[in-house]
Amino acid sequence: MHSDVFDRYHDTESFIHRLDPRVKVSVTVAFILSNALLPDGAWLAFGCAWLCLLFINMLSNLGIGFTFRRSFVALPFALVAITVLFSIPGKPLSTFHFLFWDLTITDMGLLRFMSILVRSWLSVQMVILLVAVARFPDIVHALEHLRVPSILTTIIAFLYRYLFVLVDEVFRLLRAREARSAAAAGARSGGSVVWRARVAGNMAGQLFLRSYERSDRVYNAMLARGYTGHLLTINPHELHRVDYVTAALAFFVILLLQLIGWL
Amino acid sequence: MHYSPAPLHIPDGFLTLVVSLICWAITIITLSMAISRTSKSLGEKQVPLMGVMAAFIFAAQMINFPVAGGTSGHLLGGALAAIMLGPWAGMLVMTAVIAVQALLFQDGGLLVMGANILNMGLITAAIGYGLYRGISGGSRIMKLIVAGVAAWLSVMAGALFTSLQLWLSGTSQLQVVIPAMLFVHALIGLGEAVVTVAALSFVLQARPDLLGENSESAKGSKGWVIAGITISLIVVSLSPFASADPDGLERVANDLGFLHAGRVAPFSIIPDYAVPFLGRTPLSTVIAGVIGLAVVGGIIALLGQGMKAKS
Repeated sequence: MHSDVFDRYHDTESFIHRLDPRVKVSVTVAFILSNALLPDGAWLAFGCAWLCLLFINMLSNLGIGFTFRRSFVALPFALVAITVLFSIPGKPLSTFHFLFWDLTITDMGLLRFMSILVRSWLSVQMVILLVAVARFPDIVHALEHLRVPSILTTIIAFLYRYLFVLVDEVFRLLRAREARSAAAAGARSGGSVVWRARVAGNMAGQLFLRSYERSDRVYNAMLARGYTGHLLTINPHELHRVDYVTAALAFFVILLLQLIGWL
Repeated sequence: MHYSPAPLHIPDGFLTLVVSLICWAITIITLSMAISRTSKSLGEKQVPLMGVMAAFIFAAQMINFPVAGGTSGHLLGGALAAIMLGPWAGMLVMTAVIAVQALLFQDGGLLVMGANILNMGLITAAIGYGLYRGISGGSRIMKLIVAGVAAWLSVMAGALFTSLQLWLSGTSQLQVVIPAMLFVHALIGLGEAVVTVAALSFVLQARPDLLGENSESAKGSKGWVIAGITISLIVVSLSPFASADPDGLERVANDLGFLHAGRVAPFSIIPDYAVPFLGRTPLSTVIAGVIGLAVVGGIIALLGQGMKAKS
């Protein structure tokens, strides 16, 4: 497995790709914060926020529909919000019968439900965009610049670096399980659910030991290369004037979105 | 890449700003305690170890086992990480896992990450480690049984706290979300318990030195036992009550002023989410959030100081 199999970075050349990762991370967080702050039913502001997203999509040479295509990952979670449709008092819109209950959808309930969904949908798209235009190690480095404690960023960097190695290990374990689990045609292989869960647990234990021993070797190899407790990067990560201007512009636009939403 | 998301990751947009910020405050304070403790007790060697262990938790979540009807169960790992690595290191490892899941897979949001870390990383670690440490002298079978119970409870606690946060944000109705979440996670938790016990017994057999009395994982103080048992008791006593009589919980919360605090304002001194003289503007909401954050943070910091002084 290749080392960057988990990275969602899209290697193209664009103005957005060249920006400092600090700018991208802080604008992403500000955008999500702004979505959370907008009142329910601020459709004009939500719409403008989406237009901004499409615009950045275009600027980063990803194609205008890039984030839209992958934006529905969080949708299943909407299930937990479904009760607001019926629980918030308001003008009844439609009533239907479900199992034992008569449920009435109210206009205020629908407004709240749709607002939650749109907020979530917009925020997810911005994160998809962030990881598409910034390499993951650069994002981690930006987090370090933004005062996230270095022990956390270092753990995250190691997690990212060794994830693909351990996932390879998982695939070996899964393949071995597959190979052991022979079954006659039409019959199921293996025992009860508890038995299967125990096998999975043994595999997790095996994986733990292999990871633990590997981390020892990793540490020794790093010491041999002069590791002092800090990860270094050869990317300079300097903020230029264009970074400051872009960040200021982005924050100004986000402020405008808030104004549109609240006026 | 078959990657099945755990059902506890809250996406952005489902919690209100105030609830998100309060969760962040609790998370940040706990994590900063974890960082100061680990950097004191651990050498530079432990950082690569924790990084690889974080990758282990991530990868272990991919070992799934078929349950029924095309669904499959897999490990969440909070309790297991805390038992094997010690509570503080376990919390840092889970934080890294949740951060990477949110960034790379959009599994859980950024603004609500504080809540996700709290539900899946901090509470699970406290319960898992606290209960396991509580019987440190017990026999092997005893240890494994307690580890299983702790793993099951940690999943239930995560589900309960997630439900409460969703309810305080006005996203879910208490009468529906608590029974539904607890029922689903009672089953998911069984899988978690069996996998945790099997993994632990495997390691106890193959490398008992990693979990022995002189290992990193045994260095946690007795305070953890108290914390773990307290949170477990809260979950155990609240869950049946909440699922049998959610209206009752709502009434209690109302009587205590929680409902008002969560849904309308961080505290009743800041009515309607807004600082009085600023009116109902976004700025005012932000300031109200920050004041709430500061108050909660102050209380927790004082509690932390008190606990430190005692121990």
